[in-house]
Amino acid sequence: MFKATVIVKRRPKILDPQGKAVEQGAKLLGFNNVKNTRIGKYIEFFVDTIDIEIAEKEVKEYSEKLLSNPIMEDFEFTLTEVNQKEEVK
Amino acid sequence: MKPKFGVVVFPGSNCDYDAYYSVKKILGFDAEFLWHKEQDLKNCDIIILPGGFSYGDYLRTGAIAKFSPILEKVVSFAENGGIVFGICNGFQILLETGLLPGVMLQNESLRFVCKNIYLKIENKDTLFTRGIRKETIRIPIKHGQGNYYTDEDTLKDLIANKQIIFTYSSSDGTVRNKYNPNGSLKNIAGISNKRKNVLGMMPHPENACDPILGKTDGALIFKSIAKYFN
Repeated sequence: MFKATVIVKRRPKILDPQGKAVEQGAKLLGFNNVKNTRIGKYIEFFVDTIDIEIAEKEVKEYSEKLLSNPIMEDFEFTLTEVNQKEEVK
Repeated sequence: MKPKFGVVVFPGSNCDYDAYYSVKKILGFDAEFLWHKEQDLKNCDIIILPGGFSYGDYLRTGAIAKFSPILEKVVSFAENGGIVFGICNGFQILLETGLLPGVMLQNESLRFVCKNIYLKIENKDTLFTRGIRKETIRIPIKHGQGNYYTDEDTLKDLIANKQIIFTYSSSDGTVRNKYNPNGSLKNIAGISNKRKNVLGMMPHPENACDPILGKTDGALIFKSIAKYFN
């Protein structure tokens, strides 16, 4: 069993109005060193297999076909092996 | 021949009844609802993907709708030349399925916009626009994510193939940034595929059909489509 975490980010060239608005808030709070706030998505789930290659393939396809839109987003993921007990927690 | 419009109903659609009502009760064409879990297009001649928030707009607008059972049929229907018309969320779904190119970003203002706007008819030689004699039409928009974006190469293709069908403009058809309600690339409000049998647009023609609402320009698009079957 693996735990997968996927981060979906907007491609650098694509406008991120939400990030821009949040950064205005940062300026209002006085965080003057904050630059280029970009907002993405964090997605986590388990992959029920013992084969890391199968897990990688499945997470990659899931990310490409559904979790991200390649026209505007990039994704990266990590896989961590976990045992069944940890999952229940 | 009286064409039959099929209006797809997703969980979260909210303009499905508006489309059905305008097409059937106001304009007198045949219309039928198509449930998203079905795979039968019920011999409809035109498929409407209506506005709303299919599957709660979770993940991305239209992202989950593209895997609904009916969409599989709609995509093959379109690929065989069938007429598919996506309005607002329906346009977003067409982008996710890849039947139309590009993506929809959040409005530049970050605000949901709801108002009447003018659209310039950029391509009058499509089955969706042939019946429109005016330079511009006045219909409403209501969306939070209507900021059309695509890469430069795709934009060049859209221009070269005359796939840009509607742009946001002034009442006399001037296309300027100040008439752009959402930050959309080149003021794009509606595009078609190369073959011109699939149209997606953010504005809502179905909300500008009933004279009681004070505007009827939206009817021109549905009448154009119907004329194609005469």
